[in-house]
Amino acid sequence: MLRVEKLTVKFASRFGDFTAVEDMDMAIAPGEIHGLVGESGAGKSTVGAAIIGLLQKPGYVAGGTMTLGETDLRSLDRFEAHVLRGKRISMIFQDPQTSLNPLMRIEDQLIETILAHEDMPVEDAKQRAVDLLEEMGINNAADRMQSYPHQFSGGMRQRVVIALALCTNPELIIADEPTTALDVAVQSQVLDLIRRLADVHKVGFMLITHDIGVIAQIADTVTVMRRGKLIENGPTAEVLGKPKHDYTKQLMNAVPPLDRKIDRFMVPNSEDTEESTTNTGEAAKDWLLEGEKSAPVGLTLKDVSVAFPGVRTSIWKRPTPFVALEDISFDVAPGSVMGVVGESGSGKSTLAKALTGLVKPVSGTMTLGGTPLPGGKDRSRHHPSRQLIQMVFQDPFSSLNSRHRIGAILAEPLWLYGLVDDEDARRKLCADMLALVGMAPGAIDKYPHQFSGGQRQRIAVARALLARPKVLICDEPTSALDVSIQAQLLNLLKDLQTAFGLTVVFISHNLSVVRQMSDDVVVLRNGRIQEQGGSEQVYGAPQADYTQRLLELTPAMPKEWLAPS
Amino acid sequence: MLAVAFLAFSLFRFVGDPITQMTGVETSVEDQERLREELGLNDPFAFQFARFTGDMLNGDFGFSYRTRQPVAEMIATRIPATLELGFVALLISLFVGIPTGVYTALRPRGVATQAMLMLTLIGVSIPTFVIGIMLIFFFGVQLGWLPTFGRGGTVNAWGWETSFLTVDGWRALILPAITLGVYQLTLTMRLVRAEMMEVMQSDYIRFATARGVPMRRIYFKHALANTMVPVITIIGLQFGGVIAFSIVTESVFQWPGMGLLFLESIRFVDIPVMGVYLVVIAFFFVLVNLIVDLLYVVIDPRLRIRDVS
Repeated sequence: MLRVEKLTVKFASRFGDFTAVEDMDMAIAPGEIHGLVGESGAGKSTVGAAIIGLLQKPGYVAGGTMTLGETDLRSLDRFEAHVLRGKRISMIFQDPQTSLNPLMRIEDQLIETILAHEDMPVEDAKQRAVDLLEEMGINNAADRMQSYPHQFSGGMRQRVVIALALCTNPELIIADEPTTALDVAVQSQVLDLIRRLADVHKVGFMLITHDIGVIAQIADTVTVMRRGKLIENGPTAEVLGKPKHDYTKQLMNAVPPLDRKIDRFMVPNSEDTEESTTNTGEAAKDWLLEGEKSAPVGLTLKDVSVAFPGVRTSIWKRPTPFVALEDISFDVAPGSVMGVVGESGSGKSTLAKALTGLVKPVSGTMTLGGTPLPGGKDRSRHHPSRQLIQMVFQDPFSSLNSRHRIGAILAEPLWLYGLVDDEDARRKLCADMLALVGMAPGAIDKYPHQFSGGQRQRIAVARALLARPKVLICDEPTSALDVSIQAQLLNLLKDLQTAFGLTVVFISHNLSVVRQMSDDVVVLRNGRIQEQGGSEQVYGAPQADYTQRLLELTPAMPKEWLAPS
Repeated sequence: MLAVAFLAFSLFRFVGDPITQMTGVETSVEDQERLREELGLNDPFAFQFARFTGDMLNGDFGFSYRTRQPVAEMIATRIPATLELGFVALLISLFVGIPTGVYTALRPRGVATQAMLMLTLIGVSIPTFVIGIMLIFFFGVQLGWLPTFGRGGTVNAWGWETSFLTVDGWRALILPAITLGVYQLTLTMRLVRAEMMEVMQSDYIRFATARGVPMRRIYFKHALANTMVPVITIIGLQFGGVIAFSIVTESVFQWPGMGLLFLESIRFVDIPVMGVYLVVIAFFFVLVNLIVDLLYVVIDPRLRIRDVS
């Protein structure tokens, strides 16, 4: 149905054209789910945009052919292309929070789309919209349709988005990371839905994703892309089961497995890591070890609850507080890694904030190595734990001050905590530390925007370590990164943890990652602990229903496809 | 409101002595003292302020030192002129500013866009009174099409002195309204343009395009409504400003509004009038902001009471 041959997309720039996609071939049959997988920057989304004719300027299609059925997509003028959109090709975007117009009712958005393509009475269009939403699994659709997008949860919104893409019976739907922003449970529902639509309606799907687990689960055929080029394509079982190309193998090995723990991740070769040869960071290592001479310390939480003020509904009544965490108790043994997993809204990040003294628990006690930790503002700026507990944040793009050089960012903990007074010594130490986390020596004089996400996260880790912490709190440190970069960073964290005997609280929604990293694990849901224990025990024989369900729903690759490690 | 009232009161309470302004050189010191006592000017400051606010809440705005008329009456006769002027200026800025803003956002590289952007740059840069004087020169003096001062013919409709009901009144209104509206207009246009360009990049617009919703509908239904949310705030704030700063325009065109009254009062150190003027202007600001906040709720369903779903 869809045939793409030798597609080349270029972006015009002042310094000549930049080739984003080169000689791409692809074919999608009706009812087929075609996975397009690759790391960020591989040109996956560009291929999708080129097919639907929504390439952002200054991008343009430089060569190749694209045909849908009998229609040559490249020969269409602007108006014909616009009529074709929705009618024959539609698209699903990544983030359901932003892909619906917030000011219009769901009903109006559906009806307007149907009427844009088909000449029918409004009542019929409305009826079709209701039927479609029911089919998507939205109960009581006729009423729910009157709501605005913000009144739906993320998963429900994505269903609405799919209904919108589907309401004109297109032949092809391009789904650009349709489940990346969703929790595992919702993700699996949405994937089931896509599978069913492909089977029942014979819609062809082009599923763009970086998550090879998702591809393994539902795609019929797969195309692996890297740097705008086609690496390998074919039926999923064949490509992922017997990968011909090294890159596909590397990509698969970088995915943390859910069903067992491995020591180290295999990392795809890439030019991103500039392992410095001259400086191995021995000096920084020694300096850190000197700080770690004292024994590692543990962290204990007892009955910690955190509540936020609720939405005020009346002037007279006090708003009912929103309880983010309820009676959380756990021990992190000195020098061990505690994994914290849970879906969004489960209170994971609130836990991190309570530990670092950013929010104040309403009740309960926290102790660090035997000494009590005051919560929130009660913990003074000079409290020793402000140095001993350090944090690595989720988003490496906003956690580094973009107007400071890396050197200044890294030196901050050194003078703030009075660790190193001499400026030259500080600079020397920062340089060593950069080498230790695998960065090139020149990095010290650069600004954060000159680095990729993975490199920035390394810098963030280096900054946290320079405070000579005893406890490191990592809040989703890899969720903004590609699998291969994630693998590198996880390796780094593991090495550092073992070398310096750090106590780590590792927070993530990704169950596989947590399994690889942690000794013990806590499963959170709606602010309560569902299950806790040794991580091998929890993953091997989960006791709580919730944990079992989470493990079941996480997309994973069939074991036989994985290269023996 | 109270804060503004306090400021207005204390400012004028401590600036100059109203008695010396009111009386001539030949008034005896005893007479001055008697007047002072009568007017309550010897009372403690806090007491005077309490009386000032209390009277104002009762609708008693005091008497002008200059004309001996009640201030309320003076302001009331001037309010319609200023409001009508401000209202027409606002309409001009909206009806010209929003469409041009949308146009320039949708065709960011067009020749017309570049020309309009250049014009607005000039519009922002030239002071209001220069625009007023230029308009008077061309349309009033050179071409002689339009009157250059006053309100023209007015009709008293239910106690509201309006110039909307006569041709003459409209003719007199055009030039000052344009003068007052130009700055608003350029601001509206640039704001609409910036917001619209941002909205056009958003996911829901891309999604609407991807599912083939007609472009006209995308522009004017999806994008424009979302553009208006922030634009309304600024326009609302600016409208308060238009009323407040119509002083310059009013004086250029000798428009008998509140601004002109304020200028006259300053000249004669007519403190009650000045004080009340400031309070009235503050009242307009508060009122406009209230209206803006209510409009928000109408436009944006997210601000309506959250029902848990």
